[in-house]
Amino acid sequence: MLYNELEPAADWSVAQVARYLKELLETDEELRDIRVRGEISGCKTYASGHCYFTLKDAEAQLPCVFFKHARRLSAAPDLRDGMAVVASGRFSFYERDGKLQLYVEQVEALGEGALATRFEQLKKRLQAEGLFDVERKRALPLAPMVVGIVTSLQAAALRDMLRVLRTRYPLTRVVIAPSLVQGSEAPAALAQALDLLNEHGEAEVIIVARGGGSIEELWAFNEEIVARAIARSRIPVISGVGHETDFTISDFVADQRASTPTAAATAAVPNIVDYQAATLGYQRELGILIEDYLLRSREDLESAERQLERESPRSQLERMQQELDGTSETLQVEMQHRLALQNERLKGAAMSLHALSPLLTIARGFSVVRRAADQRIVSSTTQVQTGDELAIQVTDGQIVARVTTH
Amino acid sequence: MGVLLRMDALTTLSYEEAFEKLEQAVVALQDGRLDLDHALKHYEEGMKLAQYCHDLLQRAELRVQQLRVTDNGDLESEPLDLT
Repeated sequence: MLYNELEPAADWSVAQVARYLKELLETDEELRDIRVRGEISGCKTYASGHCYFTLKDAEAQLPCVFFKHARRLSAAPDLRDGMAVVASGRFSFYERDGKLQLYVEQVEALGEGALATRFEQLKKRLQAEGLFDVERKRALPLAPMVVGIVTSLQAAALRDMLRVLRTRYPLTRVVIAPSLVQGSEAPAALAQALDLLNEHGEAEVIIVARGGGSIEELWAFNEEIVARAIARSRIPVISGVGHETDFTISDFVADQRASTPTAAATAAVPNIVDYQAATLGYQRELGILIEDYLLRSREDLESAERQLERESPRSQLERMQQELDGTSETLQVEMQHRLALQNERLKGAAMSLHALSPLLTIARGFSVVRRAADQRIVSSTTQVQTGDELAIQVTDGQIVARVTTH
Repeated sequence: MGVLLRMDALTTLSYEEAFEKLEQAVVALQDGRLDLDHALKHYEEGMKLAQYCHDLLQRAELRVQQLRVTDNGDLESEPLDLT
């Protein structure tokens, strides 16, 4: 070490002392990695991006410098005068200015706002990386055959979730990857449980769950390591942490957020009641549809039967019979009709005949003259000789006469 | 007609598979142009599937397992012990 090389009580140069102080500070166990709690004052950020401030409490103060690259890496909140913080880093001596400084690596806000600030910081950072993007979120399977759960085995949340799953969808199988859900070791445990389920590979959906609690108790679900494990899970993740109003980083990264573990279990599976109703509905419909078919078949059958009836020999016979009856009746009517006609004609003829009858002529005074010898009708004088006997037919008999002259 | 299956194949179906086949039977029967023989086959199969679904639900019990890593780094699941 430098000071060994000096003679005791020799005069030191300023540079030498400065260098000495620097070495002293930088090699000190405590001072080279230290966390200091205090209040920020005189904070000033230059165009270079470097930030200079004083960290103080009631009795003392320390100059601090927060370089640009360190600030960016730390994602520290914006520093304001009056802020209560824990600044961590290493001490050294800035020789040029003769100043002892805390070279700040990280600043954490303290007090009530501390956790909220950390929350905002991480949220902003992961959001910028796109981990919360809607496009990243995968659809949940409609009816998973295996459901994975990451939670504590002792928690009431697990019993609640199992009860919901048993009631809603007992057909599924549950695989639990147990984990701590609070405390400093919880984040790593949660991440490991998620990776384990992914490695096992059978779950179609994973529920990450924890019952309600204070913000500190739920804090593990705001840790980056858990968020990253959810993000890299190949299996869709439902986050069900705390109560309705609790929002954790895990909720933002997950494929779906549920307000509670029970809500997460509800979201993970369908309700068999719906399936049962649908099944009954289908049974009813099958019944209606087949009725339709049977009805139509019956109608077709009856129509065919009727057709058959029409074509059958017996019915043909009956038909012919009926025709026959009809014809014979027609015949009879015709005959009678004709007979009547004949009668009429006959009567007519008879009357005509009668009108032309020689008897009528004779009655009118004319007579029929015949030669008595051969009964030949005499119509001319040449047919008789004097002395011939003649028979003259009159209405009421004959007159015998002899020809005297012709 | 690809929906028709041998009845002994029924018991190998999962609930979801049986339900889907039931839906297919209904759709098939909705086609009014089948002959009666095929219509009846779809009807019978549909009713059998529906009954099977009901039975499965009646008998279903939630299976719960726990994952653990064995000493040689294997993953295995065993029935959950909630004590």
